[in-house]
Amino acid sequence: MVTGLLGKKLGMTQVFKDDGTVVPVTVIQAGPCWVVQKKTPDKDGYAAVQIGMEQIKEKHVNKPMAGHFKKHNVPFLRHLKEIRLSPEDLRDVEEGQVINCDIFEVGEKISVTGWTKGRGFAGVMKRHGMAGSRDSHGARYHRVVGSIGMCTFPARVHKGKRMPGHMGTNKVTVKNLEVVAVYPEKNILLIKGAVPGHIGSLLILRKMR
Amino acid sequence: MKGNPVLEIEKEQMEKFNKDLPDFWVGDTVRVYFRIVEGNKERVQPFEGVVIKFSGGMHRRTFTVRRTTGGIGVERTFPLYSPRLEKIEVIRRGKVRRAKLYYLRQLSGKAARIKERFPK
Repeated sequence: MVTGLLGKKLGMTQVFKDDGTVVPVTVIQAGPCWVVQKKTPDKDGYAAVQIGMEQIKEKHVNKPMAGHFKKHNVPFLRHLKEIRLSPEDLRDVEEGQVINCDIFEVGEKISVTGWTKGRGFAGVMKRHGMAGSRDSHGARYHRVVGSIGMCTFPARVHKGKRMPGHMGTNKVTVKNLEVVAVYPEKNILLIKGAVPGHIGSLLILRKMR
Repeated sequence: MKGNPVLEIEKEQMEKFNKDLPDFWVGDTVRVYFRIVEGNKERVQPFEGVVIKFSGGMHRRTFTVRRTTGGIGVERTFPLYSPRLEKIEVIRRGKVRRAKLYYLRQLSGKAARIKERFPK
């Protein structure tokens, strides 16, 4: 059994439970995914499946990739990712098999991996939550780092000193998100809470162990 | 997939929790019957006052009711599509020229009255 799925973030909304509480949810297009390749402990040294999502035309894949899809007898796909499985789980998986969002149940906890929104070159207040300095009363020192170290000793800046730089587009996993609803006919999942990334970005959904 | 799936879920929620509510708008005096849970008991609590605003769209729509008890203003916001909303009675129609009656918060007594409207 495949314990993970690829998905796409479609946006957020809220739903009512029957007792009247409001749940904030993320709507996710989860699958359908094709099992493209099995990675076996004998051949590859580990157990995993390579799964893909979103069919595209042949002209949109390069030749080596087209060969890969044809060899495993699956449609041409936009996204490919590997999901690690236990060797027992891998046994009943077939290449070319289609997996849908019905592998998840309502109430189940899952983990969602995504890529956060890119913030570009960000200052230290946004990137690391530093306090900055005062804006008024004659201050000419506003959103800056401040001191970055000591004096003649150690005569250098410590490694890992938090400074301005590129922020976002990091791979982030959020664990223990609750599945609120499953729409198997539309391959739509509702997950309680927020997930990383902007609308339309790729997500990896995994069952919690 | 056709259409916007997020919108479809919102429409589905609207249909699921849709109920026969009277037509009411900002300025009207209403009595709202809302189910509340106290411990493990459930009862319907009425709340009467002037509707001062509507906000949100689709199934997210809420309205706020304001009343004054003992000189203290109390405002409660209800989700229009909440399954806990039992019923609404319109007591009086009000004639107002604003969509949001925030100015009522500054007024009290006679000044906070709203003219009655008689729909044809």
